[in-house]
Amino acid sequence: MKTNNKKSLYNGGNVALLLLKMRTFIALFIILGFFSLTVDGFLAPSSLIIMIKHISINAFLALGITFVIITAGIDLSIGATLGFCGMIAGYLISNSLIIEPLGIAIFPSVWVVVPVVIVIGGLIGALNGLIITRYKVAPFICTLGTMYIIRGAAMLLSGGETFPGLQGNPELGNTGFDAIGAGYLLGLPIAIWLMFIMAAIIAYIAKKLPFGRHVYAIGDNERAAELSGIKVNNVKVWVYTIAGLCAAVAGIVVTSQLVASHPATGTAFEMNAIAAVVLGGTSLAGGRGTIMGTLIGAFVIGILADGLVMMGVSEFWQMVIKGLVIIIAVIIDQMQNKLQYKAAISSQKLAS
Amino acid sequence: MSKLDGEVILSAENISMLFPGTKALDQVTYNVYQGAVNVIIGENGAGKSTLMKIISGVQSPSEGQLYLKGKAININSPRAAAQHGIGMVHQELNLSDNLSVAENLFLGREKQKGLSPIDTHSQNSITKEAMARLKQDIDPTELVANLKVGQKQLVEIAKSLIANVDILILDEPTSALSKKEVKILFDVINDLTEQGVSIVYISHRLEELMEIGQYITILRDGKFQSEALVKDIDVAWIVREMLGSDPVTNFLKPDRSFGDVVLDAKGITLINDAESKLVDDVSFSLKSGEIVGIYGLMGAGRTELFECLLGKAQYSGEFSLNNRVINEMTATSERIKMGIGLVPEDRKQSGIFPISSVSDNLSLSSLWKRLKGLAINESAEKEAVTKAISELSIKVSSPLVEIQALSGGNQQKVVIGRSLLTEPKVLLLDEPTRGIDVGAKGDVFEMMVKLSEQGIGILFSTSDLKEIMAISDRILVMSNGKITANLLRNETDESSLVFASAQGF
Repeated sequence: MKTNNKKSLYNGGNVALLLLKMRTFIALFIILGFFSLTVDGFLAPSSLIIMIKHISINAFLALGITFVIITAGIDLSIGATLGFCGMIAGYLISNSLIIEPLGIAIFPSVWVVVPVVIVIGGLIGALNGLIITRYKVAPFICTLGTMYIIRGAAMLLSGGETFPGLQGNPELGNTGFDAIGAGYLLGLPIAIWLMFIMAAIIAYIAKKLPFGRHVYAIGDNERAAELSGIKVNNVKVWVYTIAGLCAAVAGIVVTSQLVASHPATGTAFEMNAIAAVVLGGTSLAGGRGTIMGTLIGAFVIGILADGLVMMGVSEFWQMVIKGLVIIIAVIIDQMQNKLQYKAAISSQKLAS
Repeated sequence: MSKLDGEVILSAENISMLFPGTKALDQVTYNVYQGAVNVIIGENGAGKSTLMKIISGVQSPSEGQLYLKGKAININSPRAAAQHGIGMVHQELNLSDNLSVAENLFLGREKQKGLSPIDTHSQNSITKEAMARLKQDIDPTELVANLKVGQKQLVEIAKSLIANVDILILDEPTSALSKKEVKILFDVINDLTEQGVSIVYISHRLEELMEIGQYITILRDGKFQSEALVKDIDVAWIVREMLGSDPVTNFLKPDRSFGDVVLDAKGITLINDAESKLVDDVSFSLKSGEIVGIYGLMGAGRTELFECLLGKAQYSGEFSLNNRVINEMTATSERIKMGIGLVPEDRKQSGIFPISSVSDNLSLSSLWKRLKGLAINESAEKEAVTKAISELSIKVSSPLVEIQALSGGNQQKVVIGRSLLTEPKVLLLDEPTRGIDVGAKGDVFEMMVKLSEQGIGILFSTSDLKEIMAISDRILVMSNGKITANLLRNETDESSLVFASAQGF
């Protein structure tokens, strides 16, 4: 093949492979089709919107840890971070910040609470990243530890109690927090807008910024990445920071939807998020994965869960089915990688 | 062939070993003499390891027959080799750090029957005897992790001893040892030969071979070259036999001209955690347009020197690039931006991003050159990648193919291309031709010449004498972390390089 022909150089493709690559998307349509036939009114806009609202919580977390998983890391602490961030929001709204020397009590407005909570989420992530890179602690162990610490801290914040009634008090000027969870914009809940905006931003980072390339390179071959001049530790700290930021957003949305914050909120949410990421074709071994895939993965898991509920399938069977779907997804993923490799080899043979 | 004086214990006759596409061994006949140190030597790829793998039962030959004490034998597994009294100590240590010396010795053949517990008492006493034979005072219950490298090497030998070996193959046993440890090892080897054990000794260090060996066998290009008594020969003879008299291909035109000094190293020293000097007071300079080859054996410190240059290790000393001193704290990414490019030694482990596309592999180091605001300028990237693919004549069906689908030579070109896209002033190539076929080697060399003619200073390392003679304007020899020679290629020959490569101790 002549290499000076740019067009032909960038061509190449294979129908079977394309279908395999689109499998999560195809699975999504099959599931949608199945439930629309078996459940009355499944595709009605109102029920779809409720479902997507459910999905958005898992999507925030899953989008956040996609980068972590692409670098061949893992973050088990995001569920706890979600709960803790919700508790901070609840605390700031229901309690005043008392600054004793000045003799004043501050009731921060929503415009202060939200950024503060997001920054705290980011700091938790950054701390994970620092422990992992500076002290060479395995990500699994580090985030397992921080998961317990953060969950414990959330409990300590209220002594295990719920902060109820977070609508705020008009006299104190801290109302509006509940609007994040209940509000609509152009006919769609704000949570759904947030999910798509977050996905767009993260996908942009993955595709268009050098940072995204660095994330993939680290997951693919960390040593080669170092020798290629990538600041591996910096990138990793940022990757965990992003996971923390996203968990904080999820925490805010959940708390706002419930108009209350409970310290146990988000327990085991990280598992659902990991499942969505893996379902979306991201490899736990690192180096492979897409943001679109994660988003679709979150949809598959969410629709499956809600659909089964609407069908009246028992909670126990739901778990079994979810588990099966995850395992089958990974097996198909391995098949795709093999096929992809073979297709590359054969197209290579043609070239040389 | 005529046999030398002495009794042959093991002989391999007309051994051939075919691999798809290559003949690793071609009708090799090889003798191991009883109770002596039999040295075997050859360049990388001459077939030494393949021959040893056949004798130790790791591989079966395609053709040929082994004879032990005159009787034809078949060895189809390391276990079968052990039953015939043949043991091998590999270059890499195969010990479990977290087990004791005795447990390591008896790993997989524990003294134990049925469900009864392991008879540690008898294991320990046998270990103690083996250690006494090696004149080592190592406690059988000591954890292997607490031993020095030299001691570990001896534990490996003890592992073979307790299996009652008659023939012990040592594959580069001294590559990780200090001079003192080498001496101990040689004493042990002499004791063992006195006890009637026959030793097969593989090494690249010629002066060691001259000291310890009694018989020497030389392989070249998979064929038997010659056999001699060590006392009858000298180093020059070995080099001649090893390399043959074929003229070295020369890739360099005469009258090459160079520019100013582009890279200067002064007193570079790197000390590892174990406080040994991996790079020892190394100074040299490199002109733009010049190709300087670093010759040295494995472990001579070449890779470590490159890592210092790239800022991957905490060194002392001073590098300057175009007369500008590089601060030793400067990070790798900054050094790459300043104009230092590295093509690392182990392509699989530190060169390629296997599941990423050729395009991503090429552009990764130079993304900072092609930004539009904060984002990657994709059309500029595409253009650069397409240009690199055609200039380096990388054979690829599409830049989006995963690099792992490419042949070794093409992968190497991509790794070189990644460095070139950063527009380096100095290009470091660490063993650039390892694991690629002859045709691709030629391509890589021509590429190096072309780049040097564009004014890039090229520093590369190799342990292949022919390569270094073929492509260097100037040759540095490294040994034990030191530079032991700095020679113009026109004024040197292979023997002096080999000589210098053993002088750092």
